[in-house]
Amino acid sequence: MTPDLLEEGAKRAEVSQLAKDKNTQSGGREAGFSRIATAGEVDVTHGRILYLEDVNVSFDGFKAINNLSLDIAPGELRCIIGPNGAGKTTMMDIITGKTRPQSGTVFFGSTIDLLRYNESQIAQMGIGRKFQKPTVFEHLTVFENLELALKTDKAVKPSMFFKLDSKQSDRLAEILHTIHLAGSVNRMAGNLSHGQKQWLEIGMLLMQDPKLLLLDEPVAGMTDEETARTAELFLTLKGKHSLMVVEHDMSFIRSISEIVTVLCDGSVLAQGTLDEVQQDERVIEVYLGR
Amino acid sequence: MSSEQLILPTPAPLLSRKGWATFLMVLIAVCLVAPLLNLLVPQSSIFHMSDFAVLLIGKIMCFAICALAMDLIWGYTGILSLGHGLFFALGGYAMGMYLMRQIGLEGNYKSELPDFMVFLDWKTLPWHWTGSASFVFQMAMVILAPGLLALVFGFFAFRSRIKGVYFSIITQALTYAAMLLFFRNETGFGGNNGFTDFKRILDIPVTSQNTRMVLFVITGAVLLGFYLFSRWLVQSKFGRVLQAIRDAETRVMFSGYNPVSYKLTIWVISAVMCGVAGALYVPQVGIINPSEMSPANSIEIAIWAAVGGRATLIGPIVGAFLVNGAKSWFTVAFPEYWLYFLGAMFIAVTLFLPQGIVGLVRKIIGKNRMEGKA
Repeated sequence: MTPDLLEEGAKRAEVSQLAKDKNTQSGGREAGFSRIATAGEVDVTHGRILYLEDVNVSFDGFKAINNLSLDIAPGELRCIIGPNGAGKTTMMDIITGKTRPQSGTVFFGSTIDLLRYNESQIAQMGIGRKFQKPTVFEHLTVFENLELALKTDKAVKPSMFFKLDSKQSDRLAEILHTIHLAGSVNRMAGNLSHGQKQWLEIGMLLMQDPKLLLLDEPVAGMTDEETARTAELFLTLKGKHSLMVVEHDMSFIRSISEIVTVLCDGSVLAQGTLDEVQQDERVIEVYLGR
Repeated sequence: MSSEQLILPTPAPLLSRKGWATFLMVLIAVCLVAPLLNLLVPQSSIFHMSDFAVLLIGKIMCFAICALAMDLIWGYTGILSLGHGLFFALGGYAMGMYLMRQIGLEGNYKSELPDFMVFLDWKTLPWHWTGSASFVFQMAMVILAPGLLALVFGFFAFRSRIKGVYFSIITQALTYAAMLLFFRNETGFGGNNGFTDFKRILDIPVTSQNTRMVLFVITGAVLLGFYLFSRWLVQSKFGRVLQAIRDAETRVMFSGYNPVSYKLTIWVISAVMCGVAGALYVPQVGIINPSEMSPANSIEIAIWAAVGGRATLIGPIVGAFLVNGAKSWFTVAFPEYWLYFLGAMFIAVTLFLPQGIVGLVRKIIGKNRMEGKA
C-alpha cells in the first residue's frame, strides 16, 4: 500500500465522518413524502425534537400546568426561567414519564408519543434528565456511576454478563476528562463535593448519549469557576444534542442562552432572547410584583 | 486528549488470592475434616466432633443460607423482607412431603397414606400430593414453590411500586397468612403438627450417623456455592444496579433501567435460596411445622444479617453463626432471657454498629471502603 493511497483513504474517512456529524442535527434524514417511519427512531425532519401542546396537570385541584404548549428544535439550547411554582419541574416530570398529564400531547420527534412510555423506556429512547438535587449513586465509585449510565442493553441478563469494551472505556475516559473528575475515578460518589456531584450527574447524562437533555438547575451550589466551566460545556453540547435548561442564575443564562422561555402559573408567559423577556412588562411584574 | 495517563479500574476478581485460600480451607474443613472427626475419630478423643455439633452446625449453615439470601435483597437492594421464613418453610414442606411418602407402610397406622391423613380419615391422597413420591419432582418443587410465589407476589408488589416499610409489612402479613393456612388440617400439610417421624431419604435411613454427615457436607457445599454465586452477582453490573436502586431508584429509572425486573430477579433468587435452605434443614432436624412461618422467624433472619453486617455477604453468614451459637448456649443457660438478649443485641447493633460486625472489623483493619463517611 502506497502512502498516497493511505492518505486518500484517510481523506475519504474524514469526509464520511463530516457527513455523519452534519447529519446528527437533522437526524440524518431528509423530509420525504413516502418515507417509512421506523419504530423507536426519533424523527426530527419536521424541525422539532420535542413538542408539547395544551398540556394540563392538576394536583388536588391546583393547576400545576395550564394549557402549556412548547417546542424545541433539534440542537437547540433552550433556557427556561420562571418564579417558584411556575411548573418547571412538573414539566420535566411530564416529559420524562414521571407524571401523567390529564390532557394534552407530548411528542418526541414527530412520531413518538411520550405519554405511552414509562420512565426507563423514555430514558432509553434518548431523553436524559438531571435532577434539581444532585442524584448520584453514593455507595458506588465515580467510575461505577458512569459505567451504569453508559448507553447499552439495560435488561437484566446482559447486565449480569456485562464487560466494558475498549470503545466504551475510551468514551468513559473522555467523559471523565470532560467533567474534570479524572483524578477521582475510584472515589465514592458520596464523598464528592456538591459541585462535583453535579458534574458527575451531568457526566452520567452524557454517558447515556441522549438526544435531548433536561437539566434542572445544573449550576446550583457550584463555585463561579465551576459555573463558567459548565456554561462552556453546554455550549459545546449544543448542536449535537438538544438541551433544556432550567436555571435561576441569570448570569449563567446570559452566558449560554439563545432563546429564553418564561413559565408562569403553568404556561408560557413570554419567549425571546434574555434581553427581550427581561423588558417584557408581564415578566417584570411576576418577578418583582410578588 | 490526555486520556493516556488515566487508568480505569479493572473488574475485581471473584475472590482475592487470600479469599480463595480461606474459601478452600473452609471447603476442606466442611467436606473432609468434619466427617473425619465425626465418623473416624473415637468418641473418647477430644478431637471427636459430636453428633450434636454436626446437627447444630448443619442447622446454622441452613440459617446462614437464609441470611445470605436476605443480604442480597436487603443489604444490596434495600428491600427489607420480613417474610423470608415463608420461603424457607415452603422449601422445607416440599422436602417434608417426599420424606413423608418415604415412610411407606412403617407409619403408626401401617397405611400407604401419611399418618395424619389416616387420622383425618382421608381415603386417597389429595391432588397436591400427586408427585410427592418422586424425589426429582419434590426437589423441583423445592425451587418452584418459593420461586413461583415470590415471582407472583413480587411482580404485583414491585409493579405497584410498593416500597420501604409498606413492603416489609406486606411480606410479614403474607407469611402470617400462610402460617394460618398451614395450621388448618384441611390444607393437607399435617396441620399444626406438620411432618415428622421421617424414616428414610432415597431409601437410606435418614437418622443414621452417615446420612447426617452427608447432609451436613451437602449443606456446607451449598452454602459455599451460594456464597460464590452471590459474590458473582453483586460484582457484576447487575449487582451494581441493585445497589443503585437502593441508593437512588429514580436515577436508575432515568438512566434507562427498569427497576421492576431487577428487583423481581433478585427477589426470586433470594426466595429460592431460602427454599433450598429449608429443604436441607428438614431432614436434619426431622420436623417441619407451620411455626417456621411465624413472623418472628422471618424477623430473626433480618437480625442475623444486620448483626453480621449488611451488603458484605460474609457478614450475614457470620451473623447467623454468632446469633444462633449464642442462642443455643443462652436457651440452655438462661432460657427465659434469650428474647431479651436478642432484642438488646439488635438494638445495640442498629445504634452502634450500623455496618455490623464485619463493618467493625473492617474499620479496625482500616480497609473500610466507606472511610470518612458518617
